[in-house]
Amino acid sequence: MFLRLLVVAGALAALASAPAARAQEMIAPDALVKNVTLEVVDILRKDKDISGDRKKLVALVDAKIVPHFNFTSMTASAVGTNWSKATPEQKTRLTDEFRTLMVRTYASSIAAFRDQKFDFRPLRAKPTDTDVTVNVRVIQPGSEAVKIDYEMEKTPRGWKVWDVRVADISLTANYRTEFANIVRDSGVDGLIKALQTKNAGPPEKPVAGAPAAASEAPASEMKKKR
Amino acid sequence: MTGTRATVGEGLRQRVRAVVCALAFISLTLVSGCATTNGSDPRDPFEGFNRAMYSFNDGLDTVVVKPVSSAYKTITPDPVRTWVRNFFANIEDVFIGVNNMLQGKFVDGWTDWVRFAFNSVLGVGGINDVASEMGLEKHNEDFGQTFGRWGVGSGPYLVLPLFGPSSVRDFAGLWIDWTVDPLWQYARPIDVRNSLTFLRGVSRRTDLLDASRILEEAALDKYVFQRDAYLQRRRALVHDGNPPRDASSRLREEPAAEPRAEAPLPEPGTARLQAADLVLEAPAVEPAAVAAAGQSER
Repeated sequence: MFLRLLVVAGALAALASAPAARAQEMIAPDALVKNVTLEVVDILRKDKDISGDRKKLVALVDAKIVPHFNFTSMTASAVGTNWSKATPEQKTRLTDEFRTLMVRTYASSIAAFRDQKFDFRPLRAKPTDTDVTVNVRVIQPGSEAVKIDYEMEKTPRGWKVWDVRVADISLTANYRTEFANIVRDSGVDGLIKALQTKNAGPPEKPVAGAPAAASEAPASEMKKKR
Repeated sequence: MTGTRATVGEGLRQRVRAVVCALAFISLTLVSGCATTNGSDPRDPFEGFNRAMYSFNDGLDTVVVKPVSSAYKTITPDPVRTWVRNFFANIEDVFIGVNNMLQGKFVDGWTDWVRFAFNSVLGVGGINDVASEMGLEKHNEDFGQTFGRWGVGSGPYLVLPLFGPSSVRDFAGLWIDWTVDPLWQYARPIDVRNSLTFLRGVSRRTDLLDASRILEEAALDKYVFQRDAYLQRRRALVHDGNPPRDASSRLREEPAAEPRAEAPLPEPGTARLQAADLVLEAPAVEPAAVAAAGQSER
């Protein structure tokens, strides 16, 4: 009897340890967001000229941020109901163009980084959840904290972001009407074309009247902080 | 609204007359705007008028407001801009508190008034936000949100000259915000009031310089992008960051399930439905979970 119990216990332990080992390989979603954010912020702090250097910013986003996004899910969410009307080839092209747009937008966003602090909120999710929201708050002296929520899903390749909400504005939801209008007027190919045109355009319009202000301010302010 | 000492009754009558005129003007332009709209979005029946107003605001912003804000940012040191921002934010806390009280959020409302007291005294007239450092969180409330909390729908989207994105409800709220605005009502002489109001506007716009650059980067149609962002944001603010899930948020779930079927690797958590569904869904797609679930049943 005791022996049988021991065998059962051993079997249970073996069973339990298999998924546990797997879980250890996969970084928890909140830890992932924290690590990546702090890593990127550290690079931005050390390299003072980066905020004016478009190529460097895009390279940084490509290397550090892009691997943690599921752009297919993200594009599907942005395209909405029309996604099912797209052929597999169109889906691939849509995803490629949308990825480029997101990388550009992200590069612009991190260029605006100054001396903000981050408050990484504890994850409110069950261990079995495969779809979670990771809450971060960006604290800036003198103004309201800005909420950034990452919608993340568990995939065999780790946790991936499929939507970002900034101040409760969902990025993918915000594209939905815009994209739907274009698809209605000129079809899925029209949307691919519109995205291509957008991506081929100038990366960043300088602020009229004071062209240098936008790109120079962050670097000079960071120097002052030292 | 003249500088002469009018009695309360006269002042009120004048104000009502001004508002009636403004409403008449806006309803006229709305009617004319309707003629040009293609009415594609049910939330935005005045799209023609709104787009015209948007172009006007955008032009004004490009030519005047943005350059002024950029210059302000360049010539003032960081701490000075923070003081200016805090000074105006402190005055706002009074009516943020009133709105929280009107919405039945008494603790929040009380917090706002305590913030105002601490910042006014310890924060030297509000230029230092000592209350935030003490852990008293700043809130975001206005009369538009209060109406929303009371169950008033946002009504059609509306782009106001100078003020930008709004809605019929938020426009009514904005009017009350300005009617009770301590700065606009009590700062005298008028020149001082106007200068302070201008500075407040510049300060706010300066804080949005980065955001507007990102908007340019992200949007294909800036008008639609800004409108949808405004509507999403206001909806969230009315519900203090926890808006109920509606049809549009569920929309993202079904199509998102699609790509996974074709993806080379099976991806778990594909159908974003309810939490309960996810628990059932997960073992079906993740091999490890399938194995674990299968064996534990035995």
